[in-house]
Amino acid sequence: MSKDMMAAFELFQPDTVDGAVDLLTRYAGDGWAVAGGNDSFDWFKDRVKRPRYVVDLSGISELRGIREMPDGGLEIGALTTLTEVETNPLVQERYDVLARAARHVASPQIRNSGTLGGNLCQDTRCWYYRYGVDCYRAGGNTCYADTPEGQNREHCLWGADRCVAVTPSDTAPALVTLDARMVVRNASGEREIPAEEFFIGPDIDIERMTVLEPGDVLTAIRIPADWAGATFYFEKVADRNTWDFALVNIAAAMFVQGGNIERIRMSAGAVECVPRRLSVVEGVVTGQAKNEATARLAGQSAVRGATPLNFNHFKIPLLQNLVTRAIRDA
Amino acid sequence: MSDNNLVNRQAPEPQYDTGGLASVASAKASRRQFIKGVIASGAVASSAGYLFGCSTDEAPMTVAGGVERLLTLTVNGQTRRVDVLPNETLAMTLRYKLNLTGTKLGCDRGECGACTVLLDDVSTYSCSTLTHSVRSRAITTIEGLESADGELHPVQQAMIDELGPQCGFCTPGQIMSAVALLRANPNPTRDEARMALSGNLCRCGAYDHYLNSVMRAAEMA
Repeated sequence: MSKDMMAAFELFQPDTVDGAVDLLTRYAGDGWAVAGGNDSFDWFKDRVKRPRYVVDLSGISELRGIREMPDGGLEIGALTTLTEVETNPLVQERYDVLARAARHVASPQIRNSGTLGGNLCQDTRCWYYRYGVDCYRAGGNTCYADTPEGQNREHCLWGADRCVAVTPSDTAPALVTLDARMVVRNASGEREIPAEEFFIGPDIDIERMTVLEPGDVLTAIRIPADWAGATFYFEKVADRNTWDFALVNIAAAMFVQGGNIERIRMSAGAVECVPRRLSVVEGVVTGQAKNEATARLAGQSAVRGATPLNFNHFKIPLLQNLVTRAIRDA
Repeated sequence: MSDNNLVNRQAPEPQYDTGGLASVASAKASRRQFIKGVIASGAVASSAGYLFGCSTDEAPMTVAGGVERLLTLTVNGQTRRVDVLPNETLAMTLRYKLNLTGTKLGCDRGECGACTVLLDDVSTYSCSTLTHSVRSRAITTIEGLESADGELHPVQQAMIDELGPQCGFCTPGQIMSAVALLRANPNPTRDEARMALSGNLCRCGAYDHYLNSVMRAAEMA
């Protein structure tokens, strides 16, 4: 029981973004930004990560809220809770794929305190990594999952590069599909990063899941008007109907005219370290009739080049069928 | 062969110690009340000192940030002043400093729901919330549901009427989730109730009974 009490830390509760940036820059290396805390406290309680300086972002009101942008898009503050995203009328009306994705995250209580920013920036769930062993992602020089007997049923089909962990987020594929941009602020100023470039794989930096570095704060997510009101599809397959991270999830947005798919964006989660943009599928179905035959072709094209590990072969037909459903049933 | 020894032998009368224990029993005191008395008298540091890593006998911790701060929390409509460490979760504060042990710790990882409380009517895992982060929110625990004259909340009464719980350990969390649901949606469908309680595990498998209780409570209220 006493091991479960988190190790002691200094807690800062700034009320402005610049204050948070200041603190995180000053304590870079031993600092940690906390939003809802659902990811962070697991690390702290297991004592695998022990920052001495914790910056609580939950008091920064400018990080909350959902507002319309002048060009018709939507800006969502990074500290907006998943429940707020899920139930927001504008999100439901125009970008329902994000509402559905948010609704599938974890459990009601986690959605009530968990934030959109936190869901995007959360660390991977590979159990070896979470257990605290010295794997590549933890700064060591081995991988326990990518071995003949490693329990890797939840790990990746593409993009393995010493690490085979996957992106656990449900909202990330939805935002990649919506062509969202992440707004990041640090001591040098503010910049916007397209969602696809926000997430990085082990080939770029094996110790991070996103481009954020110490001193960076994700402040908002901006969704352009391009895909507002599109025909959406979201499905998440997991061991249980609640709580569990996805085995595979899929988010699609398309405009259908006269029975043909005019344009489409689609991404899948939990099959790669980053949300996997299914560009091949998009190329195959654009201009084609939205029917069973196109859907099956799309499914087959989606899984080309997948490299399964010893225990995750099931993800291949799973992804194939999800893509088929997305095209046919959206 | 005669077995007189066995035939006539009877088990001796049990001898109860009717000395000190009888007076305790007759005073209707219990171990539970004794422990709560220890906590209430402020000796919490010594009883839970192992948990918080400090004691009133020693100097305050010298680890960075290991200093408690006095907070004023609103819990069940009451103002409670309590010293809280920066790394202290709401569940720890409620249970070990405020004597509100109705909120349970099942997993302490946000994966079971036994610690569910309401923050401004919104259900949350108190094990995954820093007390310092919620000091301005209205906190409601299971103890705060019954009315001042002891009348049970409709959800609590419905749980009894429908035999919701088995062992009862997950029950406070289930009830808090149900109360949050009914405050937001007084007439839920069974599926909506199922979704609302989907963040509460029950190892006894009494899920269906809990749903019956919630549906009954919705009818009653």
